[in-house]
Amino acid sequence: MLTFIGRRLFATIPVVGMVALFVFLMLRMTPADPAAIIAGDYATTEQIAEIREKLGLNKPLHEQFVIWVGRVVQGDFGESFFFKKTVASLIAQRLEPTIALAVVTIVLSVLIAVPIGVLAAWRQGSWVDRTVMGFSVMGFSVPVFVVGYALIFIFSVRLDWLPVQGYVRIGEDFGAFLERLILPAITLSVIYIALIARISRASVLEVLNEDYIRTARAKGLSNRVVLMKHALRNAAVPIVTVIGIGIALLIGGVVVTESVYNIPGLGRLTVDAVTGRDYPTIQAVILLFSVAYVGVNLVIDLVYTLLDPRIRY
Amino acid sequence: MTAVVEQAAPDGAPLGDRRRNVWKQLLRNPSVLIGGGVLLAIALLGLLAPLLGTIDPAAINPSNRNKNPGTEISMRLDDGTKVERTAWMGTDTLGRDVYSRVLYGARISLIVGISVAAISIAVGLFIGLVSGYIRWLDGIVMRVMDGLMAIPAILLAIALVSLWGAGLFTVIIAIVVPEVPRVVRLVRSVVLSIREEPYVEAAISLGTPTPVLMVRHIMPNTVAPLIVQGTYICASAILVEAILSFLGIGIPSIIPTWGNIMAEGRQLFRVFPHNILFPGIFLALTVLAVNIMGDGLRDTLDPKMAKRAG
Repeated sequence: MLTFIGRRLFATIPVVGMVALFVFLMLRMTPADPAAIIAGDYATTEQIAEIREKLGLNKPLHEQFVIWVGRVVQGDFGESFFFKKTVASLIAQRLEPTIALAVVTIVLSVLIAVPIGVLAAWRQGSWVDRTVMGFSVMGFSVPVFVVGYALIFIFSVRLDWLPVQGYVRIGEDFGAFLERLILPAITLSVIYIALIARISRASVLEVLNEDYIRTARAKGLSNRVVLMKHALRNAAVPIVTVIGIGIALLIGGVVVTESVYNIPGLGRLTVDAVTGRDYPTIQAVILLFSVAYVGVNLVIDLVYTLLDPRIRY
Repeated sequence: MTAVVEQAAPDGAPLGDRRRNVWKQLLRNPSVLIGGGVLLAIALLGLLAPLLGTIDPAAINPSNRNKNPGTEISMRLDDGTKVERTAWMGTDTLGRDVYSRVLYGARISLIVGISVAAISIAVGLFIGLVSGYIRWLDGIVMRVMDGLMAIPAILLAIALVSLWGAGLFTVIIAIVVPEVPRVVRLVRSVVLSIREEPYVEAAISLGTPTPVLMVRHIMPNTVAPLIVQGTYICASAILVEAILSFLGIGIPSIIPTWGNIMAEGRQLFRVFPHNILFPGIFLALTVLAVNIMGDGLRDTLDPKMAKRAG
């Protein structure tokens, strides 16, 4: 088990390394002077020279990469000239809303998607199944921001049940925090629910034909026990996998959702950084999101062994 | 994922018959018919936009600003004649006709969807075939692909657009880059499974040169899964383009695209939701049609994959 964890950790190193290389090369591969790009549109010649010195831009490319990685590992992503702050402090400030949104969305999605997926599989071909599958295809097709605006229009503008946009920190006022997070989380969860429900249905369907399910039924176990204990447990691996892979979708959705709902999180920061041509911040955000994505999937791989003792590496 | 085209027809049927059979099956599949039909209708709307009672989608008219759907508007054309039109979908904050903009916007969405699908499949097919067959290259290529896949697709596209600047071409390429690794993986998996087939061994023993072997014996097996994959890529590309434009970092706002129309409608959407509603409906309908068609194609062309995806 320990060797497996070690080996799996070791395997992510090249992936993270590749991502770091891409992010690093992003600026170096452009014909323009990276120092000038990093310094922003209003920099003086001295500022540009200073950056060039600091990043070692007159050294060979591989040395620059080593210098850059060394700084990134220490959490130093440089200075954002657009926001007039260090990138690290900027990210620290924007972290809470994004994590809150992501966690609420994941919990909400799993709680809804897995049961409806199982239900659809159990009642295969019925109207329940067709509704779930129809919703799933819809969920993949309706863009996040259209869902977002539709929800705002119905629940905030017309019915006036929920505040329209914005964010309240969790420590400030928990009620207001939740109130403002409900619509964004529902918006973001639509595509995620579609994805998880679909896979849950497919993997439970596959398991339902197995002999041990028939045995469990023959023993007189209730449908609930058969479905939740025997079927779901054995269908868990693909479901958990897709929850992990879906994080990529979720991150893309976060960028859009935070813009629609005016949430000052990392997604919003990404868009602001791109419009402000703030490259150090763009690099940092991409690296951070990718590492989070890879990290979550690493954890999920490790969880497999708990879910399914048959898996031995 | 193995030889899938063959499965669509009884073994031993001549090739021509088999192809005709696949077509017949496709035309009998309701998903393909419905999805394809809706898609065709939207494509025609976009293509024939000038004939469908539209006016210049970029024409600004201050006296027609922010009209609700169904309002009668009058426009003075360049030659001085005055035309009366009903703004079926209302007008935006600059007085431009949303109906005309939505119809012209269909062109951009379809161009982006189809070009992204075609380019990523061409590039992915090439890289996948080469890396599936040249073993020393395989490791390097797959590491690069793993790295690319670790960056969430929309973020990668955003990053590339931020470097290259906004424009139709840069947006297309920026959406292609994150899609390529997925195609490469698919092609490579087909190559790896086909490589061990007896008929490939036979071809090798007859001295078939590697390029011919790949094009003649291996590539045909990738066609069915790639058509299915291409449809899904097309759907997601249309969505990503709309998202980029909506965020204000995609196609320049002078070009009417669905994402741009919605981006401009953001400020006043509480009062005038039609700026987001109509392009949103068209966008969702188009992507839905492509996805439904993809599911139909998958069920007919690639039954193994269909079983796995449910």
